[in-house]
Amino acid sequence: MSKRNLLVLAAVLVIACALPFLVSNYRTFQLTLVLVYAIALLGLNILTGYSGQISLGHGAFYALGAYVTAILMDKAGVPYWATVPAAGVVCFVAGFLFGLPALRLEGLYLALATFALGVAMPQLLKYHHLEKWTGGVQGIVIPKPDAPFGIPLNSDRWLYFFTLAVALLMFALAWNLLRGRVGRALVAIRDQHIAAEAMGVNGALYKSAAFGVSAMYTGVAGALGAIAVQFVAPDSFNIFLSITLLVGIVVGGLASISGALYGALFIQFVPNIADEISKAAPWAIFGVFMIGFVYLMPTGVAGAVRLLSRRRRSQ
Amino acid sequence: MDAFLHQVLAGLATGGIYASLALALVMIYQATHLVNFAQGEMAMFSTYIAWSLINAGMPYWPAFLLTVAISFLLGVIIERVVIRPVENAPVLGVVTVFIALLVILNSVTGWIYTYTIKSFPSPFPKEMALGRFMSPHELGAIGVTLLVLAALYAFFRFTPLGLAMRAAAQNPVSSRLVGIRVGWMLALGWGLAAAVGAVAGMMVAPIVYLDPNMMGGILLYAFAAALVGGIDSPMGAVIGGFVVGVLENVLGAFVIGNELKLSVALVLIIGVLLVKPSGFFGKVHVSRV
Repeated sequence: MSKRNLLVLAAVLVIACALPFLVSNYRTFQLTLVLVYAIALLGLNILTGYSGQISLGHGAFYALGAYVTAILMDKAGVPYWATVPAAGVVCFVAGFLFGLPALRLEGLYLALATFALGVAMPQLLKYHHLEKWTGGVQGIVIPKPDAPFGIPLNSDRWLYFFTLAVALLMFALAWNLLRGRVGRALVAIRDQHIAAEAMGVNGALYKSAAFGVSAMYTGVAGALGAIAVQFVAPDSFNIFLSITLLVGIVVGGLASISGALYGALFIQFVPNIADEISKAAPWAIFGVFMIGFVYLMPTGVAGAVRLLSRRRRSQ
Repeated sequence: MDAFLHQVLAGLATGGIYASLALALVMIYQATHLVNFAQGEMAMFSTYIAWSLINAGMPYWPAFLLTVAISFLLGVIIERVVIRPVENAPVLGVVTVFIALLVILNSVTGWIYTYTIKSFPSPFPKEMALGRFMSPHELGAIGVTLLVLAALYAFFRFTPLGLAMRAAAQNPVSSRLVGIRVGWMLALGWGLAAAVGAVAGMMVAPIVYLDPNMMGGILLYAFAAALVGGIDSPMGAVIGGFVVGVLENVLGAFVIGNELKLSVALVLIIGVLLVKPSGFFGKVHVSRV
């Protein structure tokens, strides 16, 4: 990392730590959700951006993570912080298993299969034989955690810092994973599958592992999201959640780690603003932005930022 | 036994609707090798147009025909304006544009017509002799579906324009050399697909009621139907549609319950893609390395 990037990172961190003390509790809650989305988008980006496998059903893994947390907290009395890694592990396994058949599917077909997964997920969660655990249509309400060890923070701020810590860990892991051997292998498979195989990259293993890691990130995000919202229900994890995540990576920027943050800010705050126009407006605006970005700025906000800073430096 | 027969016949009726939508998907796939994720929402939007026309006092059948015509035009416009620029973009870009279309149509409809559920009239009589096994609407829907299929078959098989469209889909470069305007053929294909989808929407709306999200599940079944039959085979899509309709109804009624019906589509889609990606009637795809 260059000195300049380190400075930017430090500034972002300082702002991130100061923000919750400057805004209302509700805004703090929204910022927590931004961090949650950022983790989920990072996960989707590992799959779609870096390894080139399209997923239109990542909401399903988000839902799985959220439900693992809710069920563990509600039925088994596990503390909230311990459910997050559990959600990650469950989602990693689920993603890896889904990734195995997905190996045979490319491009459009994978999009179709994952789309089907996203559409079918709420129905699976409502299934009455699982109702004992999932709570059926009603879902599960979970308690809001308070700050431990007498730390003088209200629960919204505490949750924000807890999420921030997890997000930092996840981003650091992703950064290390993607700039090294694994990241290069994934990009190689995406861009030139056959050449990558000829160089000794195990395509099948990397692709399904990418699916697993991606699902793990999204599952951790789902777990944190469930804790922040204190509620899970099947209908909050419909296909539009998966599409929201797609909007996030398209706007933020494919194959870019910082893009996850831009995308998360976009999908959290733009609907809020648009909601004031009409209930239907957020989606119309999402749609227009999606088309606009594909036409005009295929590398997303992250790509534009990169371009601008490069241009400024060369002057 | 009666109950079983009833489920099979009801399955054939919804199957006909899946078949129409699957056919629309296959038509666009054949021409452009793209799967239109917005096909269901386009059909939904068309059905709302029909609803407005009928509510404005127009009799059913003129409204039906006018809706088909408007949908055709809308399909052409969407291809020309939205899809054209990304024709050669990477898959993710194209999929994103389709999904964008899906959400735009969905939200614009919700914006104009609100999200409250509306009932949609059926043009067929209420009572009929065969009523024990099948409602008149179900029978009528099958009839309309078969008519549409016959008309499409005749169009593609016996008219010069149909031939030109098939040529443009099969070999764009050679078609252009013999003077076919390939770009416009694609737009016409989109128009036709939108028109067929509109018919499917109007036939399904009396059963599932009219609301902006009515097509989500139906689109999934149509995907499954198209894949079962082979995504590049129109005949396969039609047979697949009926097969999926019957499977969905029979499994839903007797095996897994109505709650997991959508998962049937999920399992079918993933199963077909894994075991027999070309479907039962499709060409086996060979790519040169």
